Amino acid sequence: MAKQRIIEIWVGLFVAAGFAALFGLAMQVSNIPVFQTTEGYDVTMRFENVGGLRERAPVTMSGVRVGRVKSIALDERTYEALVTITIESRFDRIPEDTSASIFTSGLLGEQYIALDAGGTDWYLEEGDEIALTQGALVLERLIGRFLTSMGQGDD
Amino acid sequence: MLGFFALLGRKTLDSFGRLGRATLFLLRALAGLPSLLPRPTLVIQQLYSIGVLSLLIIVVSGVFVGMVLALQGYNTLVTFGAEQSLGVLVALSLLRELGPVVTALLFAGRAGSALTAEIGLMKTTEQLSGMEMMAVDPMKRVVAPRLLAGFIAMPLLAAIFSFLGIMGAYVVSVATLGVDDGAFWSQMQSAVDFREDVMNGVIKSLVFGFVASWIAVFEGYDCEPTSEGVSRATTRTVVHTSLAVLGLDFVLTAVMFG
Repeated sequence: MAKQRIIEIWVGLFVAAGFAALFGLAMQVSNIPVFQTTEGYDVTMRFENVGGLRERAPVTMSGVRVGRVKSIALDERTYEALVTITIESRFDRIPEDTSASIFTSGLLGEQYIALDAGGTDWYLEEGDEIALTQGALVLERLIGRFLTSMGQGDD
Repeated sequence: MLGFFALLGRKTLDSFGRLGRATLFLLRALAGLPSLLPRPTLVIQQLYSIGVLSLLIIVVSGVFVGMVLALQGYNTLVTFGAEQSLGVLVALSLLRELGPVVTALLFAGRAGSALTAEIGLMKTTEQLSGMEMMAVDPMKRVVAPRLLAGFIAMPLLAAIFSFLGIMGAYVVSVATLGVDDGAFWSQMQSAVDFREDVMNGVIKSLVFGFVASWIAVFEGYDCEPTSEGVSRATTRTVVHTSLAVLGLDFVLTAVMFG
């Protein structure tokens, strides 16, 4: 009977270790979307070009994450990209004339939206639109423009 | 010439026959699972010999696979100045591929072969027939608990393998290669998705555990009742499980990440 008990304890330890490893993988290694449904308000904005921006990309202000990209769609009238972001509700004092730009973290890293605070006393609310935007810099276009301007310089 | 074709035909029919027997066997074993509910001790006993006794090899190989991945990845990534992404590289390769696959291969070698040999020997020494004589169904008493223990043990072993692999990689990259501690974890956390990567790895290991235990138990039950037959069945278990795992891995990867 004592042997049976030792076996049971070992099996218990094994199962516990297995679930602990799974839990560790969930908490430490990945970002669980279940716990990260950002509670907050949605704000829309239009970009000429979103480049490689993806859903769930971070939205930052002065480098601090304040929300996430909720959806990216195409406005079929203006042919601009319509981006909806969710800003966490604790950041409820973001001025209405805030501007948004798409940047890349590092040279080839992930793209994110950076917000630059404006100056009015009116704050962004659910359903508002950010009017001042600057789209992503597409590397190929940039190089193309650079080459054209070099070509013109030679003439 | 005719003999050759006859042989070919017989072999083909044999293998279809085996596949059919294996499927019927699986159905009978699954039907025996509910009878385990009043007697969990049988399953715990098997969890001990399949799961706990496999821990040592899983722990050691997990840590070493993680450390080797870190070393190899570092050599390549450092040329691009991207050694901060080492955590991402290690975590994704372990969670998506190496964790489930290597664990399944080790599982086949460590636990699967033992299962086959045990059941095969039971058959050879006519213990299974003896049970039937005493009106004890060997499907319920012998096969079902081993199968269930395999299903339970494999995902847990794979999780332990991946987790320890990442820890091993962490130790090597932060302590000896000089990768930044914070970047290692934060880059990993932003790149690894729980549902996409961790859960798909768990699904893979569930499938592999199912297949590995099925093959091991069936080979034992179906073996030729001689000492040579048992040894052949044990070999077949390891070979067939490895092939099945690698083949299934391709299919699952194509479906999940394709």
